[in-house]
Amino acid sequence: MSTPVWIPRKRRNVELAMLFLAILLTVLARVSIELTVNGSVPSSAYTFAVIFAAAAIGAHLAVRFIAPYADPVILPLVVCLNGIGINMIHRIDLARQAANPDRGSLAASQVTWTAVGIIGFIVVLAIVRDHRVLQKYTYTFGFIAIALLLMPLLPVIGQEIRGARLWIHVGPFSFQPGEAAKISLAIFFAGYLVVKRDALALAGKRFAGIDFPRGRDLGPIGLAWLLSLGILVFQRDLGSSLLFFGLFVVVLYVATERPGWVVVGVGLFLGGAYVANLSFSHVQRRVSAWLDPWANPEQNYQIISALYGMAHGGVLGRGWGEGRPEMTPFSFSDFILTSLGEELGLTGLMAILMIYVLIVERGVRIALTCRDAFGKLLAIGLTASLAFQVFVVAGGVTKLIPLTGLTTPFLAHGGSSIVMNWIIMALLLVISHQTRKPAPEVLEFSSDEATQVVKLR
Amino acid sequence: MNKPIRSLAVVFGLLFFALLLGINHLQIVEANTLNAKSDNRRVIDEEFSRERGAILVAGEPIAESVPSETAWEFQRRYPEGKLYSDITGFYSYIYGREGIEQTYNSVLSGNDDRLFVNRLVDLVSNKKPQGGSVELTVNPEAQRAAAAGLAELGANRMGAVVAIEPATGAILAMSSQPSYDPNRLASHDLVAVQDAWKSLNADKNKPMLNRATRSALPPGSTFKLVTAATAIEDLDLKPKDKVKAGRELTFPGISYTLTNSGGGTCGGNEITLQQALSVSCNVSFGWLGLKVGQESLAAKATSFGFEKKPFTDLSSYASTFTAKNTELEPPQLAQSAIGQFEVRATPLQMAMVTAGIANDGIVMKPQLARILRAPNLQVIENIEPEQVDEAMTPADANELTTMMVATVDSGTGRPARIPGVKVAGKTGTAQSAPDRPAYAWFVGFAPADNPQVAVAVLVESTKDTGDIGGGRLGGPIARAVMEAALR
Repeated sequence: MSTPVWIPRKRRNVELAMLFLAILLTVLARVSIELTVNGSVPSSAYTFAVIFAAAAIGAHLAVRFIAPYADPVILPLVVCLNGIGINMIHRIDLARQAANPDRGSLAASQVTWTAVGIIGFIVVLAIVRDHRVLQKYTYTFGFIAIALLLMPLLPVIGQEIRGARLWIHVGPFSFQPGEAAKISLAIFFAGYLVVKRDALALAGKRFAGIDFPRGRDLGPIGLAWLLSLGILVFQRDLGSSLLFFGLFVVVLYVATERPGWVVVGVGLFLGGAYVANLSFSHVQRRVSAWLDPWANPEQNYQIISALYGMAHGGVLGRGWGEGRPEMTPFSFSDFILTSLGEELGLTGLMAILMIYVLIVERGVRIALTCRDAFGKLLAIGLTASLAFQVFVVAGGVTKLIPLTGLTTPFLAHGGSSIVMNWIIMALLLVISHQTRKPAPEVLEFSSDEATQVVKLR
Repeated sequence: MNKPIRSLAVVFGLLFFALLLGINHLQIVEANTLNAKSDNRRVIDEEFSRERGAILVAGEPIAESVPSETAWEFQRRYPEGKLYSDITGFYSYIYGREGIEQTYNSVLSGNDDRLFVNRLVDLVSNKKPQGGSVELTVNPEAQRAAAAGLAELGANRMGAVVAIEPATGAILAMSSQPSYDPNRLASHDLVAVQDAWKSLNADKNKPMLNRATRSALPPGSTFKLVTAATAIEDLDLKPKDKVKAGRELTFPGISYTLTNSGGGTCGGNEITLQQALSVSCNVSFGWLGLKVGQESLAAKATSFGFEKKPFTDLSSYASTFTAKNTELEPPQLAQSAIGQFEVRATPLQMAMVTAGIANDGIVMKPQLARILRAPNLQVIENIEPEQVDEAMTPADANELTTMMVATVDSGTGRPARIPGVKVAGKTGTAQSAPDRPAYAWFVGFAPADNPQVAVAVLVESTKDTGDIGGGRLGGPIARAVMEAALR
């Protein structure tokens, strides 16, 4: 019996070639910034180029040796985003330091965190190897997620920054556990729903062409909803609340294949949003700033300035270093997309969004081709969290939807976000490697042909 | 599980599509509105350090940007200072823009859509973008004559002069007194700018008010031109036809009577229409107003530009015939017919009435800008004359002109006579109430047989300048402006 076996190509050299393009783009952008702002290229730019290239190539080598069949497009895209982000942060650094030379370099810490993120990426690739082992720790990750989410509420280490309680502070380090919780939740949801999906999928009532779940099966979604509301109420974090709930609904929908869950989920979301808008002043403020920022120009200065920046950038942008993104508060983190829109214009911003589109597309493809249910759910969960996060933050800063506090993956300044997003990419690559690698050769045991051979590493 | 994943892929696609649509809308459609917002520091700073285009009069800049050593690269300069401030307006970092600086800002700053190619070329060749220039219709001689005429009345007199070329609506002069030096507001010394702004605003004579376009006052007897135009058309009157005159106009059942200025009889109980205009007879025109009716009079005023804002180059007020479109009682109608009661007109509006009569009844849109040019001097737009309305037939306009010539030759308009040139004109003195300051008006055009310039002069009195007379105060200024324009 010899059926021709399709062996996916590894395409690692293609990945390397694209990676060079991403590195080149980053380095040239840096040179362009230095020339515009300083008129010359300081040696620190070359140091940065070397460190950045080394880190990116290190990530590539890790993939080449540990997960050779992994998707070749994701890494270059991520490196490209990461590089653009560091450049914009550096450019804002220059403007901030021009106003006050005592200010520290945000870009330097971003480079450090990128390095840490890439190390984390390599470590996850090396340790996890096969995503299916994660399924064993479903409930462990569930508890980790809850613990992480509760940490900012603890009295000593928890910290409130800008009205939202999302941070923990230990010694010199501050950390946003929500980002790590996102990964843990994705693993937990995938593992949990793989087991429970039959019960949630089979029973139900049909109404208006859609199968609705039974009342007693609503428990898990109800819990997830309460968890989200809890985050909204106690941590005042609109974005994470939305993200976690969306993540759960997506994984539930994929696991059960029942659109009824989406209807229930959207219904609960709308109900929650309505109640939140009625009862919480921080939500009301966001909504009124979205409807008409100019009704209260002082309070909504940030979004107004961001919109002015985007408008001033226009179609082609002011060019690296030629806009004034630093006028917007937190132009290097929450509002980095509008800073990019100002300097790179509509063209650059669309290109950046297209990079996200491509990453999401690769994630969906990994979920589609993955052979095991857990891997599918994990891949689509991680992909959906990225897609929602980009939508919520990009839509928020461009006034498409009300503003919520979420970081822009790979672009925004912030250690936790960078590291955790690199780990998400590692997990996607692990799943992709497991999916695309050729099946182990089947020995011609005539007796038990029906047994599936599982390669354990 | 692939079916839901595929539908999710579609959802993700829609989400990103919405984002792309959103930023396209923001950065293309909404961008212009956002860039034009007055609190947009990015645009203000950028414009302020850019080489802004010049405003030109007869080839000479009356507003220009010169290199500067301060925080901003260019300093806006107004070489003639006060002379053109009512036209140019100012260009201030703190207080924004006024006048032509505001109206044609997109061209002057270089942000105009029509300058897109220029900006692109500048971008590619790595040059600093430049603004385009605006060439005005103003005649510098006439402008100087207007300003000098007002200045001669004394610095505490408030007034305004507007001169228009009747055939095109081109504004040849526009001056208002008191005025201000826009250089003080364009300075890069922001503290000094704030002080200047405060003192200018504290001045009770409002030096920054362009009285030519934004001071709507009772036009008094000059409005009799509109009444005459209505009467000529509706009642088919000729200059020699008789109209009622006498000591007073009475109204049945009402104790009010309309009398003539000075209490005279205008030369009999019945005089010719020409004489009525010549001596500015209130009784005659009040009576004519009653005969033609409110509707007809209001329609005629509207066709001359009342109730509208036909002038778009500067911010202006609309002139009105009645305050709220109310039904007038007969005494009020009679008062309105002689330019009192609620009739309010800007000097620009009265210049339009005069220019309309001069231009065979065709009222042209007043225009200040003539040519818009790109930084490379290429013409972006040649602004064409535009017709507002046909207020009179040419024959009716000729009859009215004849009567206006008689008014200058032998009537109240004598101070405006120019040797060798036939001048048509009409005076007006609005002394409506003892407690209200009086206004002296003079409107006229020359030469009467081939009109080149139409002028309106307004002089406001203050408490210490009690004596006032349209012909005596306004006539000489009008004459000087017309002489300058005809030179």
